[in-house]
Amino acid sequence: MAVPKRKMSRSNTRHRRSQWKASAPSLVSCANPACGAKHLPHRACPECGQYGARADRRQVL
Amino acid sequence: MPTPKKGARLGGSPAHQRLIVSNLATALFEHGRITTTEAKARVLRPVAEKLITKAKKGDLHNRRQVVSTIRDKGVVHTLFEDIAPRYAERPGGYTRITKIGPRKGDNAPMAVIELVTEDYTPKAKSDKPASKTAAAPAAADTVEETPAAEAEETPAAEGTETEVVEAEATDEAPADEAAADEAPAEEAAADEDENKSE
Repeated sequence: MAVPKRKMSRSNTRHRRSQWKASAPSLVSCANPACGAKHLPHRACPECGQYGARADRRQVL
Repeated sequence: MPTPKKGARLGGSPAHQRLIVSNLATALFEHGRITTTEAKARVLRPVAEKLITKAKKGDLHNRRQVVSTIRDKGVVHTLFEDIAPRYAERPGGYTRITKIGPRKGDNAPMAVIELVTEDYTPKAKSDKPASKTAAAPAAADTVEETPAAEAEETPAAEGTETEVVEAEATDEAPADEAAADEAPAEEAAADEDENKSE
């Protein structure tokens, strides 16, 4: 069975873990003028439950 | 489990996948709209549409083929008597999938799959020149709606985009869905531009 030859230094461990980063998702404004909340693109707005372009919206939720 | 030709594998075995899909189809025809994971919705969609196509033919052989998937005879009756006549003129595209974001708990991407209830309005003929003329007014509409987004895009990019939209539209009957998929991105660009100008 393969085993590590050397102890992993705290420096190496911390350098590796410093790369675990989260990135903010790009959001869009809801097309519903009454809502206007930020939500994920190509998803229904969780605030008002509508989906679609400004002129062609429909209630999904 | 054999590799499916397309889409995700559900359950652990072919029998389990068939059961999951048939139960989803039964629930969809019973309720008209169901909320499920995106992967299940994508597997369900072609199955459900083929069942509706069989129901539109409406004879005994097709009914027996549908019963082999949907075991609930009451649901089969509503499918043949209520749902199929609604789609008499519609050439496919009977269902619509709308993504609604991740589920709380396991962060699974969820979607609503529903039977299209709108009346079918035929688009322009799918010939090449006709589709070009159809694309032009659509592009004009986007120009009117989002002038800021239009200004940033080069004409070449705009041309390819409208062609892509048109290709999607000609593929399937619910062209409004393809347009709806495309539109929020443009809306988003417009909103960002508005924010910048403020």
